[in-house]
Amino acid sequence: MRKVLAQTRVELALTLRRGESVLLSLGIPVTLLVFFSFVDVLPTGTDDPVDFLAPGVLALAVMSTAMVGLGIATGFERQYGVLKRLGSTPLGRPALLAAKTLAILAVEALQVVVLAGVALVLGWRPSGSVAAFVPAMLLATAGFAGLGMLLAGRLRGEAVLAAANGLYLVLLLLGGMVIPLAELPGPLRALSRALPAAALSDVLHAASNAAAVPGRAWLVLAAWAVAAPVAAAATFRWE
Amino acid sequence: MPPVAALVVSGLVVRYPAGVVAVDGLSFSAEAGEVLALLGPNGAGKTTTVETLEGYKSPTSGTVRVLGLDPVADHARLTPRIGVMLQKGGVYPGIRPVEALRLFAAFYESPEEPASLLDRLGLAKVARTPWRRLSGGEQQRLSLALALVGRPEVAFLDEPTAGVDVAGRQVIREVIAELRARGCCVLLATHELDEAERVADRVVIVDHGRLLAEGTPAELMSSTARTTIEFGAPAGLDVAGLSAALGAPVIETRPGEYSAAAEPAPATVAKLTAWLAEHDLPLGDLRAGRQSLEDVFLRLTSGS
Repeated sequence: MRKVLAQTRVELALTLRRGESVLLSLGIPVTLLVFFSFVDVLPTGTDDPVDFLAPGVLALAVMSTAMVGLGIATGFERQYGVLKRLGSTPLGRPALLAAKTLAILAVEALQVVVLAGVALVLGWRPSGSVAAFVPAMLLATAGFAGLGMLLAGRLRGEAVLAAANGLYLVLLLLGGMVIPLAELPGPLRALSRALPAAALSDVLHAASNAAAVPGRAWLVLAAWAVAAPVAAAATFRWE
Repeated sequence: MPPVAALVVSGLVVRYPAGVVAVDGLSFSAEAGEVLALLGPNGAGKTTTVETLEGYKSPTSGTVRVLGLDPVADHARLTPRIGVMLQKGGVYPGIRPVEALRLFAAFYESPEEPASLLDRLGLAKVARTPWRRLSGGEQQRLSLALALVGRPEVAFLDEPTAGVDVAGRQVIREVIAELRARGCCVLLATHELDEAERVADRVVIVDHGRLLAEGTPAELMSSTARTTIEFGAPAGLDVAGLSAALGAPVIETRPGEYSAAAEPAPATVAKLTAWLAEHDLPLGDLRAGRQSLEDVFLRLTSGS
């Protein structure tokens, strides 16, 4: 346990020290939330745009930390031989993965506090039960982390950087986070609904608007939560 | 029960998927408190051998044992007892030396004090400088410190002095001497002859994955006694007169470079210097007696 905590502390310190990862995990979601709350140009379909944006940027926060942040950091750690070097210490792989998980959850907790705080200040009044947020975000974290590790386990650091950022942009646009899924053309919307980003924002939107949470979204989230980590574990190269 | 050897490599063959044979039937061993240098040119199979002992690679055939354990099968039992310095990298680019040492210290039961290790390796001043901003020598010394923080029984150091300046080399030599003194076995992979000669108790010379020679530096250097005296003097000496004086043929190998086909006995050397004195001639460099490790190394690795 001492080993896991020491590793977690370092993972967290290194993450919070990198300007680009703070920009990714807090800067961009906060900016989107504040900007589009004041500049009401998005077809949010809610009276107050913040009621649509708050759950959307919370979904974005999970994706940025679990997929992009984790993927890029791990890709470079692999390239620089950090994972290899840790492999000859008594830390062990399960403890390393546990530490990375704890670090991600800690960053996400910080994101939720900051983003929910800003949203509440901007007038967000969730009308439904936010209890569904926790399992949805946990499942999405597993799925996104699996995708990040899938990239990190095979590509060079720079390639992970490009691929993860590209995927981030695509899922941001198709994920119902700032642009409602209803605005997408039919086939694209159908594709989106099969992806973890839209499934997460579907659940968060429904839960915060007292709407029925679509069962299909839970299924999609659960499927990605299993499939992506399994694929990552099967293909990951430590060196 | 006899004490278990710190390292045993026997009949090791490592073949890569592409069919390249990196290690081809290598055998050697080392004891606690011994510094063994694995010496060879680049591409000789040193790193592959070391990484097999560290458990990163599995032997294609043959066996390796570290402290009596199989580095792959008994990996979790071995890691608390070994220290590893990779040939390059292995450290988070953004981490500070003091953080890296504290992190690694947390992995072991009774680690060294990070602060004192930073001091000994001359890293106290850069303890809070991110790794990516350290000089090449400082990065190497931090990697060495990370290999030592768990008080290993066996330390694997792959090219520890690569890119390290003179002062840094001295620090690394001192640290290796401390390790030996407290009974740690050190396996040093290097292509630098003078490092091997200075720090190693025993040297294993490898090339193309095979063992070419093995022994203490002194044994290797005297293994083939020199049968000539070589010296520098002004060009165009009267070699016939000198040959007569020495009682052995002398030839001018290059202008100003001479070789006398005589056993390098002190008496013969005395005759040479007397003859030069008589003729009022200066003596340049004189190479007599045992050959340097470089001579041995070049002779062995060029013939294979």
